[in-house]
Amino acid sequence: MFGDYSLGDLGSIFVMQGFAGLILFSVYVLMALGLAIIFGQMGVINMAHGEFMILGAYVTWMTSSFFQSHLPSLFSGYFFLAMILAFIASGALGMLVEWVLIRHLYKRPLDTLLATWGLSLMLQQAYRSVFGAREVGVELPQWMLGSLHVSDSIEVPINGVFVMCLTVLITVGVAYVMYKSRWGRQVRAVVQNRIMAGAVGINTEKVDRYTFGLGCGIAGVAGSAFTMIGSTGPTSGQLYIVDTFLVVVFGGAASLLGTIASAFSISQTQSTFEFFMSGSMAKVLTLLAVVGILMLRPQGLFALKVRK
Amino acid sequence: MSDEANKGLLSPLRRKLLMGMAAVPAITMLPKASFAQAPATSAVNTTGLAVTDTEVTVGILHSATGTMAISETGSIEAEKLAIEQINAMGGVLGRKIKFIQEDGASDWPTFAEKAKKLLVNDKVAAIMGCWTSASRKAVLPVMEQYNGMLYYPTFYEGLEQSKNVIYTGQEATQQILAGLNWIAKEKGAKSFFFIGSDYIWPRTSNKIARKHVENVLKGKVVGEEYYALGSTQFNSVINKIKLTKPDVIFTDVVGGSNVAFYKQLKAAGIDLSKQALLTISVTEDEIDGIGGENIAGAYACMKYFQSLDNPNNKTFVPAFKKMWGEKTVIGDVTQAAYLGPWLWKLTVEKAGSFDIDKIAAASPGVEFKGAPEGYVRIHENHHLWSKTRVGRAKLDGQFELIYETADLVEPDPFPKGYQ
Repeated sequence: MFGDYSLGDLGSIFVMQGFAGLILFSVYVLMALGLAIIFGQMGVINMAHGEFMILGAYVTWMTSSFFQSHLPSLFSGYFFLAMILAFIASGALGMLVEWVLIRHLYKRPLDTLLATWGLSLMLQQAYRSVFGAREVGVELPQWMLGSLHVSDSIEVPINGVFVMCLTVLITVGVAYVMYKSRWGRQVRAVVQNRIMAGAVGINTEKVDRYTFGLGCGIAGVAGSAFTMIGSTGPTSGQLYIVDTFLVVVFGGAASLLGTIASAFSISQTQSTFEFFMSGSMAKVLTLLAVVGILMLRPQGLFALKVRK
Repeated sequence: MSDEANKGLLSPLRRKLLMGMAAVPAITMLPKASFAQAPATSAVNTTGLAVTDTEVTVGILHSATGTMAISETGSIEAEKLAIEQINAMGGVLGRKIKFIQEDGASDWPTFAEKAKKLLVNDKVAAIMGCWTSASRKAVLPVMEQYNGMLYYPTFYEGLEQSKNVIYTGQEATQQILAGLNWIAKEKGAKSFFFIGSDYIWPRTSNKIARKHVENVLKGKVVGEEYYALGSTQFNSVINKIKLTKPDVIFTDVVGGSNVAFYKQLKAAGIDLSKQALLTISVTEDEIDGIGGENIAGAYACMKYFQSLDNPNNKTFVPAFKKMWGEKTVIGDVTQAAYLGPWLWKLTVEKAGSFDIDKIAAASPGVEFKGAPEGYVRIHENHHLWSKTRVGRAKLDGQFELIYETADLVEPDPFPKGYQ
């Protein structure tokens, strides 16, 4: 397939394909981070993860409409405020859900699958009733559209670069909170041994609530960022849920590093395959590879050594 | 904040008011005697359908919930509008149309079950419904077994024909061929890149398009790619498009994927005012989600655009907006759904009966001069004769009509040489 093209053409295509892989990588990390906390750390199988993301997307859409009609002069900067609001909204909903639903199910982790799946259906219908069944178009400020012109044939999408930066920022933030802060130590203590953590004076209920809230909040930010590359509708969350679980499970549930490594390997495999064959075939081969590796390493790429 | 369409759905009072308002002028124009002249029920209904001396019941069967609600909402709205307008004009054979709405919930077995319920329990005289080919395929055996009549609005892949279905959208050859001819002639296009969602409609459509490009236009297909439904990452295929530099990108990507595809196309620096793109899957409805700025300049090939400039459309669009809100847009399928109740009414009046067999027999040749897309006529094969049009997407989310076929295009659900 390369016979007809000049070296220059090929070179720039490989550069751009490299960027495509990196962008896919950032998207995967961003959508999986929230779940890595909730599923990885807390063991809650949160099927409503996509719906928390879409809540963030709807918040972004509302902020954008508000700025358009009331503060058009500040429109170019609305996205940053929208992401903060998305974090707050999804995080708050997450904490509410934890209080009403999830905290009763910590001893029955498999039941969280059904409970959160039901929650996802309820949220979808709620979005449909409130925002309408049709997709909404989130308008972006001008500077976020288009691409950076590197050379005549190499163009880097600005929104991709934006997602990459955001991903790095959030990952560093989460890593700091989880591994360097006092609160992160408490979270990890609760994860490893809930009873013992309680016995040494950690308020496990509070830790659980904030951890779940943090995971959902990050999902909200991811949803907000994805308005740049995807659709915003009542069921759009469903588009992400499978890939998200794939990344987290493949990475090894309780490991942040594993999530990143797995997002990297899956995204690179997929984007390389996508280039050499058709999109659906690439997906099939990627999934086959993942299944194969999981058969050899059921615990995922990276797993914490924990005494059970 | 909530969209207008939804408010409409939630407010039966408002709907009743509107219905009353719409009915006033029509009723005063109507000769008082017309209701009295309605033919006897025993004469027009020999098979026990839900027809009384004053009323006839039809079914509306679409997804109001689930993933397809996004697309099917417009069809439900259009069918309700048509029914109200017909009632305001005195109904069908002197009987008011009453409708029972069932929710297919984006689930194909549910569609079949609800269709059976409508036919067996409610004995409806016709069903306006279905959207995806999958739902139609699920409902088809039910329609044939219990002898119902389905008015199906979506443009689809063809390869089907049934006594019990009237297809008010275009089949694939009708939709695609004229558009390809136009772009080959107008843009001198020789090389095409196909990209679609991975299911029956895009695959069949692209197969037809490929045969046409290779055998008739003597062009070349430089790439054919399919992505799973719901895919949101298109950067790789966009790179392939940049590498192969096709004259035309021909797309039938559907649903949420559409939004991702056009946003990423724009972000990758592909300017649709320079790179020709012909889509058969984006209507005004989809642009709502995609955003006009992301798709402006693309060409769409179908039979109806909201911006069509003809007298029928000029009364249809305001009536639709009055009922469902200023912000609603009307896409190709919505218009085709609007044709359903009207074609059924005209056919019943031609047959002088509500009986399914008589309607099926009377359908060919029925013409509807008031269609928003312009004149349409039912073909022997139960599809519609209709024009094919090419529109160019504008920033505001509307299409500007660029080309239309001079004559009606004959529907050909089993095209020879294209399979």
